[in-house]
Amino acid sequence: MVDWLATEPLFAALAALLLLGSVFGALLGYAAIRFKVEGNPISEQINALLPQTQCGQCGYPGCRPYSEAIADGDAINKCPPGGEETIQALADLLDVEPQPLDAEHGVEKEPVVAWIREEECIGCTKCIQACPVDAILGAAKVMHTVIADECTGCDLCLEPCPVDCIDLIPRKQGIGFWHWPLPEDRLRPIEVIATDAATRTAA
Amino acid sequence: MRVIHDIHGGIHPPERKALSRPGKLQPLGLPPRLVLPLSQHLGGPARPVVNVGESVQGGQVLAEASGVMSVPVHAPTSGTVRAIERRPIAHASGLEDICIELETDGQDQWVPFEGIPHWRDCEPAVLAEQVRNAGVAGMGGAGFPTAVKLTPGQQRPIELLLINGTECEPYITADDTLMQLYADRLIEGTSILAHMLDADSILIGIEDNKPEAIACVRAAANQIDAPIEVASFPTKYPSGGEKQVIEILTGMQVPSGGIPADIGIVCLNPGTAVAVQQAVIEGKPLTHRIVTLTGEALSQPCNTLACLGTPIGHLLQAVGLAPERQQRVIHGGPMMGFAVSNLDAPVTKITNCLLAPTESELPLPEEPQPCIRCGHCAEACPASLLPQQLYWYARAKDQEQLAAHRLFDCIECGACAYVCPSHIPLVQYYRAAKGQIRDSEQERKRSDNSRGRFEAREQRLEEEAAAREAKRAARKAAAQQQAESDGVDPVQAAIERAKAKKAQQDAAP
Repeated sequence: MVDWLATEPLFAALAALLLLGSVFGALLGYAAIRFKVEGNPISEQINALLPQTQCGQCGYPGCRPYSEAIADGDAINKCPPGGEETIQALADLLDVEPQPLDAEHGVEKEPVVAWIREEECIGCTKCIQACPVDAILGAAKVMHTVIADECTGCDLCLEPCPVDCIDLIPRKQGIGFWHWPLPEDRLRPIEVIATDAATRTAA
Repeated sequence: MRVIHDIHGGIHPPERKALSRPGKLQPLGLPPRLVLPLSQHLGGPARPVVNVGESVQGGQVLAEASGVMSVPVHAPTSGTVRAIERRPIAHASGLEDICIELETDGQDQWVPFEGIPHWRDCEPAVLAEQVRNAGVAGMGGAGFPTAVKLTPGQQRPIELLLINGTECEPYITADDTLMQLYADRLIEGTSILAHMLDADSILIGIEDNKPEAIACVRAAANQIDAPIEVASFPTKYPSGGEKQVIEILTGMQVPSGGIPADIGIVCLNPGTAVAVQQAVIEGKPLTHRIVTLTGEALSQPCNTLACLGTPIGHLLQAVGLAPERQQRVIHGGPMMGFAVSNLDAPVTKITNCLLAPTESELPLPEEPQPCIRCGHCAEACPASLLPQQLYWYARAKDQEQLAAHRLFDCIECGACAYVCPSHIPLVQYYRAAKGQIRDSEQERKRSDNSRGRFEAREQRLEEEAAAREAKRAARKAAAQQQAESDGVDPVQAAIERAKAKKAQQDAAP
């Protein structure tokens, strides 16, 4: 066999390729089983960047389903609570061009928390069932209240409330949340090239 | 003789310290109303313990500390609590914050104090509690609760106690005056602090533009046995930064992101040391502080011992404020201070200077021009940062690069903006960028928390659904089993029953 191959270089090459292919194929096949990753790692990373409001404004029932949809190729600009910052972070992660926020799903707003006007609450527990992060405390026929630190401001509790006693109030109030704003960009565009300025004045 | 090291960068702005005639205190009278913010320090605001309408005496606690990173607020004189509500305070934002308003009665009656004169026999923890209860917070500008600094813990032994009498900012002479007038108290306070920290050596650092203060403190230090070294070093801004003064006097650098205690040093302001002396020896809480009132818009610039809570306007009127059009009043010095938007805002524990400059003395910032990449800012930066790069990254909101360029090592001294030929408000860019980074970090923590709660809820709902399903299956299985054992099909039996009932009902009427 070896002697025959030595006389037939064409078949020798084919045999060598076949041998190498089967060895590496077997290796890869083994590695695929041995080092199999459960779940979708990219969707985990995307989920880590989403704001976790669980508001469903993106059209999916929560942040994880949306992260899975992005991993499958959905647009990255459907998350109003995350806003520009989240879109930028997703664009960096996925190495795609950042797009402006899709207005169809809402606009970027100040962060809010739900606030129950407690004297009006009838204790129906409907908001408790609607809350995606269990941030509302209460029981049947007694007043409910929102744990402000846990509330994501998703507004899912507003719709089921039969007496409309829930408001959304700004979360960041008071001096503790203030920080210096960026200075206003007051730079004038300067005419670096004199001839450019001349053409613009002429036109 | 101590070796004096140099720091990178720094600037030499006009000092103008003689304007406020350091070394004397001008009494300016008690205002009819004091406004005491609950948050005069870094950390959690104090919790009010008095009610509106209550009569209080000087030294009485008006609001108690709310946790470890907090200090109480005391009444600076006797009077009646008139309100506990939002009031304008001296803050860069111009926002209001909760304050206690005290109407003074002019009697100036005080509660009795209890000091610890035999402090040498006392546990440091007991003394630290005394310091906290006296409401002492860092008086150099940051307002860090002093008791927290005085309990660095076992794993950080303190070798050096450094009293920072640099006062490098132009105009300000409050610490200079304090060191001249209260040198004895300063030395005693320093000894108490050294005892509390179990520090091996004690050093008082003073810039060489304050020869009277150096002489007074040296004379007082020679009166006692304890080895207290008084070192003077060349004047340069910002030598008074904590990390800077440590490097100048010891040659050691505080690690990035660390605190001086990491290298065995605790650094305190002389005003804080005097407040600690008062708290320990006499049991007297922090209710007054020295404030420099200066600027050419004042006819008699001076230093005064002001009640905390005194409205800024009251002090400035008393020293002859002749306001120009659009008169600015700056809280703090000209380099790091901020403009106060409302003169009803009160003096707090961190108010070391109120500056009322004329337009010609301190012109308004000029229109910023584009950065020409001259690099002067990098030469001036005392923290050896690259201000120009930080500026570009702050504009681009590139948080990763800002962190890589050590934005959080910036001490916001303003040396870069001072030398910038394009008049770019660099420090504001850094402050804004720091705020944004802190915000995003908080949001990230929040969203991590929400994710956990959302997933826990999903899991719970799934488990509940599974439990219901299991119950139903069990019922079904039980019914089937019964059918097999009795030979009666339960479904069929139920249908029979229903039929019988219906027939009965039909027959009844």
